[in-house]
Amino acid sequence: MEDNKAGHIERVLRNATGLECSVIQDAYGMFCMELPVNQIYATLLALYRDPELGFNFLTDLCGMHDPDKRGKELCVVYHVQSMTRRERLRIKAFASEDQPEFPSITGIYATANWMERETYDFYGIRFLGHPDLRRILNMDEMVDFPMRREFPLEDPLREDKADYQFGR
Amino acid sequence: MSAMKTNQEFLAELPRLARPEIPYTTLNLGPTHPATHGIFQNVLQMDGERIVHAEQTIGYIHRAFEKIAERRPFYQITPLTDRLNYCSAPINNMGWHLTVEKLLGIKTPKRVDYMRVMVMELARVADHIICNSILGVDTGALTGFTYVYQWREFIYEIYEEICGARLTTNMGRIGGFERDFNDIVFEKTRRFLREFPPVWQEFEDLLLRNRIFMDRTMETGAITAERALNYGMTGPNLRACGLDYDLRVHEPYCSYEDFDFQIPIGTTGDTYDRFVVRNEEIRQSLSIIQQALQRIESMEKVFHAEEEHYYLPPKQEVYRNMEALIYHFKIIMGEIDPPVGEVYHAVEGANGELGFYLVSDGGRTPFRLHFRRPCFIYYQAFPEMVRGQLLSDAIVVMSSLNVIAGELDA
Repeated sequence: MEDNKAGHIERVLRNATGLECSVIQDAYGMFCMELPVNQIYATLLALYRDPELGFNFLTDLCGMHDPDKRGKELCVVYHVQSMTRRERLRIKAFASEDQPEFPSITGIYATANWMERETYDFYGIRFLGHPDLRRILNMDEMVDFPMRREFPLEDPLREDKADYQFGR
Repeated sequence: MSAMKTNQEFLAELPRLARPEIPYTTLNLGPTHPATHGIFQNVLQMDGERIVHAEQTIGYIHRAFEKIAERRPFYQITPLTDRLNYCSAPINNMGWHLTVEKLLGIKTPKRVDYMRVMVMELARVADHIICNSILGVDTGALTGFTYVYQWREFIYEIYEEICGARLTTNMGRIGGFERDFNDIVFEKTRRFLREFPPVWQEFEDLLLRNRIFMDRTMETGAITAERALNYGMTGPNLRACGLDYDLRVHEPYCSYEDFDFQIPIGTTGDTYDRFVVRNEEIRQSLSIIQQALQRIESMEKVFHAEEEHYYLPPKQEVYRNMEALIYHFKIIMGEIDPPVGEVYHAVEGANGELGFYLVSDGGRTPFRLHFRRPCFIYYQAFPEMVRGQLLSDAIVVMSSLNVIAGELDA
């Protein structure tokens, strides 16, 4: 039954966008999907428009940075939700640090405006097509993107909290 | 109401339309304005007395919680969540504990769930008391506010008995509570349930059919359900538009499915509806507290899950018992091994869906933690809601949206 649900989302998306995608359900019951950046807009629009699935509520949008993944350092995580079916879907898309560009989804969701500004503010991810991509929580004069891993919170020379001190 | 002009009539009389050479007036509302209840700025473009556009500047009290959280073990993140929506801190605490428990796969006993439900609903009542009574203040009715505020104070006294703190509560632990509720908690909660409803009734009678209040709040800051959804609104603000989306029913967490309550909804999504929805939610919350209280008292006195790897052992054990000392040390130093995984967990906060997106790489701290702060998300709708309305309406709309600066800026 669970697999059918994931398969159902896949089928609907394939019919609407003509693109391949694979949806899995993780251990916590959330549907997850990984997409290339150029499919984000089409997929979210298809999800938004499809009356049967009803994924028409953008719960959350946030960035993530992992310098260890070469070429896929930056990630944007979208959480969309279907209120009628009581399901949530997590969509991830990756980009490299050299070209941190994602399509803006403000055209679908008005609420994406500030979420994308926040992601830009902290991770330096540029959302193409955003009406007003400025910093939001940090001051405008700031040049860095503080949530990236190259800005450690504490003294980087400090070793007493390093993982190997705890047997990892 | 018939003597009043509609928005269309007002717009038709705007001076700008008659004389386009008159420029818009720029008006700074905030950052420190007594009516904004927090530090955030609105730059309003005014055409005469009407608002043409509002531009918000936020981030004045940004404290980089998401960054700080990446360096802290799970139990040290609870005090950060206090400072999000500080009007209902216990809901944030419980939401965080539930998120970590979901990641770790801890199952809490029913009594712990009911205890959590009780404090969460007390927090919701406290938050709605503040929001609605200050809406009264912003429309010029200070008396009601001073009258009901002592009951918010009384809820803080109950918190104090549970955890020792009042505003930034840091209540409970991963796996349960640090101690059982004492007799004073039960006695005070019962007194609250007995004596608060008539006081609230009196407050409501002051405003609910008050001509001045109705004229100030009806049709101000209205938003349709469709726009509200597109703006990601949740909580009482969305329910005032007529959508019955409430996480306590929609995706029950913490044994909310065991309780009998209703979700009040509005119709027009204006300021008045938000006020009425919150009023009714207080009543429903009181009913939930009543049900929870009965169950807690009749059950066997457990107040935490038996999870020695995550739940701190009692202090007297730590001093006398080797095993307990080891676990204490391991937990405090963050030597527990959380599974690798990603969890999104949301609770129904007092002003909307408060979500925690936690990514764990198996280390002692989260790899990434993102807070879905409801008012950061719905405050975007403010310019659209006040367009074409008066400056005094903007104050009332902002007040009724329940925008909390701590949550807005994280």
